[in-house]
Amino acid sequence: MADTAMHSPAAYDVETVRGDFPILSRTMHGKPLAFLDSAASAQKPRAVIDTVRDVYEREYANVHRGLYEISEAVTDRYEGTRETIRDFIGAASTKEIVFTRNATESVNLVAHSFGRNFLEEGDEVVITELEHHANIVPWQMLRDEKGIVLKVAPITDDGELIMSAFEDLLGPRTKLVAVAHMSNVMGTILPVEDIIRRAHAVGAKVLIDGCQSVTHIPIDVQALGCDFFVFSGHKLYGPSGIGLLYGREELLDAMPPFMGGGDMISSVTFEKSTWARLPHKFEAGTPAIAQAIGLGAAIDYVNGLGLAAIGQHEADMLNYATQQLSSFDGLRIIGTAPNKASVVSFVLDYAHPHDIATIIDRAGVAVRAGHHCAQPLMDRMDVPATVRASIGLYTNKSDIDALVGALGDVQEFFG
Amino acid sequence: MSDDLRELYQEVILDHGKHPRNFHACEDATNEARGNNPLCGDQLVIYLKMGEDGKVADASFVGKGCAISMASASMMTDLLKGRTAEEAQAMFDAFHKMCTGEEEDVDLGEEAEKLRVLSGVREFPTRVKCATLPWHTMVAALEGQDEISTE
Repeated sequence: MADTAMHSPAAYDVETVRGDFPILSRTMHGKPLAFLDSAASAQKPRAVIDTVRDVYEREYANVHRGLYEISEAVTDRYEGTRETIRDFIGAASTKEIVFTRNATESVNLVAHSFGRNFLEEGDEVVITELEHHANIVPWQMLRDEKGIVLKVAPITDDGELIMSAFEDLLGPRTKLVAVAHMSNVMGTILPVEDIIRRAHAVGAKVLIDGCQSVTHIPIDVQALGCDFFVFSGHKLYGPSGIGLLYGREELLDAMPPFMGGGDMISSVTFEKSTWARLPHKFEAGTPAIAQAIGLGAAIDYVNGLGLAAIGQHEADMLNYATQQLSSFDGLRIIGTAPNKASVVSFVLDYAHPHDIATIIDRAGVAVRAGHHCAQPLMDRMDVPATVRASIGLYTNKSDIDALVGALGDVQEFFG
Repeated sequence: MSDDLRELYQEVILDHGKHPRNFHACEDATNEARGNNPLCGDQLVIYLKMGEDGKVADASFVGKGCAISMASASMMTDLLKGRTAEEAQAMFDAFHKMCTGEEEDVDLGEEAEKLRVLSGVREFPTRVKCATLPWHTMVAALEGQDEISTE
């Protein structure tokens, strides 16, 4: 709660915020670290690091098992995080909050449990051209196994979903629409309210991949009306190894378990086992205990700053980055939708993204270069790869100036 | 700017990268293979035309990639001509040892000595695969495989 007082949303002080992230004070190749890869995985504030350490130093035991004080205490903290997450995304009940390893596992859980059991041959799943591989490949695997049809909604050259074309793909056989809330490559924010309304109109369920959006945009799954919502903890300033599946209770209730083992059962005999109640039915085995509690600390930290204030700061940084990069000689931004956040992908007409990343690394600038786990999108935008600079709540103008300055080195070699 | 960057991006590499030699498909290739680097999505195709004397009569490539992979493919295809499959394999082995730093001052052979300009990748572990992808693909083509991946 001290954080709330320190960073009132009215005056977002990015330098104070940066002080909360120990790694930002280090150097890379002798230069101040300009970390512009938060869309791949975000850095962790001291509050998260301290929380994880505190769990291991003071209160670690397995959860849901021990009949002794520290096991009960750590179980309370672990289950308390479920409530923190429920509140963060506006779910109706903690029964709807399922811990996974990451968003990829969450999508696979839905594909296996919902997809295998409720989709028939000829049923249709609709995705878009801008999806991450994690929201493409599980559906392809389901297609190959069950004979479902996978349909892909097209985007414009600016990276926006073509709503009319999307709507044309919907029909009586559409059983699921699975879309990113925000493109990990271009930053485009999709009109998910509209998508959900139209999908529901034909009786389809909707899964929203919130990996990128959840760090920038306040989420209310009940107001959105989505059926599933997934994200990863590590992009939300929490530990890796913990992710989330939100599912509407009646759907999760009807779905069979994804994995079998301990913690997910009610009773087991060699003849028959019965399943635990929600959400534990989907949480087989010992979970990522300290990571989950660390994610709770990360959400407390983000709430302390306020997502509205964070979003405004990031929008300012995105505008600054877009301005500075647009005027750079030979640079072309990939993804120019009016409604976008925190990500700027680009190519230079005289240097390959990998050569750019290697050169600017030596100037202390960390970016992602490559296909960003979105090869079909690269094909659509007709580029082999891009450089992606992504903005987090700690990004400042110096980070962006360092990027632009280092691109001067690239120009010196290749220009 | 750091010295290891200048070592990596020497003028000759930039020149091969910008103006790759033998950069075309080959209709009557006897051996061809596609190489993928799934880490970055780079892809290239190597074409070899083996003569009746068992030597490489022609070698070429197409693809998209960084300056390192383009330069490596360009220089490799130049050097392959007139060599037997065994000689090509031996050149690959020496080149691979140089790139990974497994062997200091590896003997590349007189003609292939020019490949030493690519030795700077040793200081950039994530870029070694860029330099070796064309070579792995060439070996795959010689062995009759259609496709390889660096992972």
